[in-house]
Amino acid sequence: MAHEHKLEIFRGRWKFKSNTQKIWGVLAFLTFITLVEVVLGIYKPDAFMHTWMDPFEGGFFATIGNIILSPIVYMKPLNLIFIVLTIIKAYYIAWDFMHLRDETGSFRKMIVWTGVFLICYLMFILLQEGGYVFNVYNGKDALIKHDF
Amino acid sequence: MDSTVASTGTEEKTWGGGNEPLKASYGKMMMWFFIVSDALTFSGFLAAYGFSRFKFINEWPIADEVFTHVPFLHGQELPMIYVAIMTFILIMSSVTMVLAVDAGHHMNKAKVTIYMFLTIIGGAIFVGSQAWEWATFIQGDYGAVQTKGGNILQFGEYVTVDGVEKFKRVSIEDLAVVQASDRVDHERKNGLWFVDEGTLPPYTVNEIYEGLVANENVLVRNQFIDENGHKTVLSRAESLKQVKERGKLVVKGANLQVNEYGTTLFADFFFFITGFHGFHVLSGVIINIIIFFNVVLGTYERRGSYEMVEKVGLYWHFVDLVWVFVFTFFYLV
Repeated sequence: MAHEHKLEIFRGRWKFKSNTQKIWGVLAFLTFITLVEVVLGIYKPDAFMHTWMDPFEGGFFATIGNIILSPIVYMKPLNLIFIVLTIIKAYYIAWDFMHLRDETGSFRKMIVWTGVFLICYLMFILLQEGGYVFNVYNGKDALIKHDF
Repeated sequence: MDSTVASTGTEEKTWGGGNEPLKASYGKMMMWFFIVSDALTFSGFLAAYGFSRFKFINEWPIADEVFTHVPFLHGQELPMIYVAIMTFILIMSSVTMVLAVDAGHHMNKAKVTIYMFLTIIGGAIFVGSQAWEWATFIQGDYGAVQTKGGNILQFGEYVTVDGVEKFKRVSIEDLAVVQASDRVDHERKNGLWFVDEGTLPPYTVNEIYEGLVANENVLVRNQFIDENGHKTVLSRAESLKQVKERGKLVVKGANLQVNEYGTTLFADFFFFITGFHGFHVLSGVIINIIIFFNVVLGTYERRGSYEMVEKVGLYWHFVDLVWVFVFTFFYLV
């Protein structure tokens, strides 16, 4: 049975002798990331608790800029770090545990980009809409009262 | 091979097409298709969670204050610890699964058996932990009063621990002044036979109000988040006013209708998302058990390929992958 495994992660910076060793290496990396997340989650450093950038004020281009930069403008840096770390973890689970690294490139792209595209679309629509409903509830001229 | 004529015969081992597009076997490819579609289901749930959270962005419960319990460590507030352990258990069982797949590639039946067994154990521990997490969440912590508008009023007092002033929660059991009441649970046999009534709350709002009047240092905390990211604590006068005028129902724990931790939607999404994930883990464990017995009976040894272990492994890793996201969006962010 010819099962070829690519035995290196981090673009070849960490090489392994066997597939089993690579599995343990990936486990060590995932555990490390989870530990970082838990420590950050418990201590919540002050530096990460407030956005580093204020939204742009002004017309159309300011809005476009805010949408493009929304992870920095509207999200606490801590949450952004959590989401990035999660995607890194997901990458290594899919690439090394689910052997996507060893699949044909087009097969891999077919799986990943379909999901990424649809999920980004769904997220954008629903989060945008959620923000809008928040304004309907809490705007200056809100017709709805929910704290009584 | 004639590439212009599509072969539909079944003489080939894999699929009627006669070849393996993208060098992936039929079963593996279909498992991947299923995983992509299931990923979209989960992202639908998580996006809906995000929608509701954005809708109530200034009053969503803070996960660190909700999930603070660890089994056997009563009365200690340890946010994140238990769920981090659960995450580690699931990643660990993913590792034993991938080791089983690797052993399968080497046609090593003994090792596949052991690693499959460990995977099943890991999955069972995870499902058990999730059941415990649910039970704790449903059971509730301190209790609260729900207002007419459906918002939550919690109770607590300022205490100084190591020179730092902290808002310490007070449970409704310690607060309530029990009063005699004639109100009993309505049952079909003693009242209208065609009407049902749910369980009565442990206390009435009036008992809580009397308790609040009697304990002068207890204050009310509502579910709105201030600029420092904490829930707003009301003044003494405002506390009394809120409970007196707006209090409607005493709530302990959480279910699909009420939630002592804050917005009811939080509990609904908790049950739906972790429940749907837990159901995936459960079915994964069952499929793993079936494959485990096939391994033990030597089915794949005779078939000459352990690809079935690989396919169920894909599903198992996917469950782990989803948990990584649920962990982030429910407990961290």
